[in-house]
Amino acid sequence: MAQVRIPTPLRRLTHGQEVVQADASTVGELIAVLEQNYPGFKDRLLDEKGQVRRFINIFVGEEDIRYLQALDTPLQQGTEVSIVPAIAGG
Amino acid sequence: MASFQSYLQQIKSSIVETTVQQVHAERPAVLIDVREKDEYQEGYIPGALWIPRGRLEMNIEEAVPDRDADVVVYCAGGSRSALAARTLGELGYRRVRSMAGGFSAWRRAGFPIEKPFVFTEEQRSRYARHIMLPEVGEAGQARLLRARVLLVGAGGLGSPAGLYLGAAGVGTLGIVDDDVVDASNLQRQVLHNTTRLGMPKVESAERTLTELNPDVRVVRHPVRLVSDNVLDIIRDYDVIVDGADNFQTRYLINDASLAVRKPVVHASVFRFEGQITTFVPYQGPCYRCLYPEPPSAGMAPSCNEAGVLGVLPGVMGVLQATETIKLLLGIGQTLVGRLLLYDALRASIRELRLRRDPGCVVCADPNKPIKLIDYEAFCART
Repeated sequence: MAQVRIPTPLRRLTHGQEVVQADASTVGELIAVLEQNYPGFKDRLLDEKGQVRRFINIFVGEEDIRYLQALDTPLQQGTEVSIVPAIAGG
Repeated sequence: MASFQSYLQQIKSSIVETTVQQVHAERPAVLIDVREKDEYQEGYIPGALWIPRGRLEMNIEEAVPDRDADVVVYCAGGSRSALAARTLGELGYRRVRSMAGGFSAWRRAGFPIEKPFVFTEEQRSRYARHIMLPEVGEAGQARLLRARVLLVGAGGLGSPAGLYLGAAGVGTLGIVDDDVVDASNLQRQVLHNTTRLGMPKVESAERTLTELNPDVRVVRHPVRLVSDNVLDIIRDYDVIVDGADNFQTRYLINDASLAVRKPVVHASVFRFEGQITTFVPYQGPCYRCLYPEPPSAGMAPSCNEAGVLGVLPGVMGVLQATETIKLLLGIGQTLVGRLLLYDALRASIRELRLRRDPGCVVCADPNKPIKLIDYEAFCART
């Protein structure tokens, strides 16, 4: 099980939950599981080519998956995954 | 009994002298000004340590622990520094030279001089709690008073950042904002108040800041940043505090700050969550290393509907002021390469690692010219 931190703009999809659990062995799989449990998730995270959108970052632990193995980044049991979108408010 | 002149000759023959030309060319590791306070205040050689001759023996070990350091001492004309060089030699400093001709010869040669900041009594008491910190001290406080910081936005983030930077004595605060004070701002924008509804925010901010601290000079920029004006506005500042409320300004600031190589202290807020990091051009990641492109209109959260807990930008803006002061003073560890996420509801702060993207569209190649982009507005302004 990975612990996924849901950012405020996406909590509407998780019915307000800040952290959700998901059973997956890679980040790509994790997104598929989230999509199944919370429809609409995939579209918010991935573009039409299946790449992570350019104003969203996904971190496994402290590290951005772009500097790991992108969507193939493996997930260990209990790993914390953070979804961090650009926000503009000031 | 020896006359002073013969005594001085004897001293000079026992030490090593150097010339102002040599000091100017070499930039010795340690340059010590041994004159009295009133002479020092009239100007000194940039980079010099000031230890008056009367305190030299007592203070030198703490100031220069390394007895093999390359040390040059100077006074006004070269006599006191000869005596000082001899004293330092007796204390075990092996590589000491006295600058012949002293500061007068330096000035006559047309080499650069600096004047120390002279604090008024009022400033001494106002900044006493700063000055007593070794990490700030008189030199640091003088640096703050000479510093120029640009606040982009006098809103939720710019208000607390501006108040603390003003209180800290940052001498010039530029403020970019083309908006007027609205009642819905007052729940978080603490630079403004109820009597100023309808007043331009730059004007309201200037009043608050100059009442808080008369040392602060406010430069008003009552405009919206666009590609045509951004470079001219930011060029004159040392640090940019990004407290904008929209993506187009944030991307423009990022790209322009790379072009003129200015650090940006970046923060943003949404409901109960804030993000903060510091971008130093070509040393750490930039905003586009983190988020290469802004979201499309449909993907961006609607600004008007979002809402924000009033105190949240307070927390984030104060962190921005803290980062700015550290950058100006060159102390501590900045947030370069780190993104702090603050969650007000959970009262938790998390830290994520940011890396400079070798494929970044704007900062991968420092020699690549930067083309500024005016993105379309994403949502109505708040």
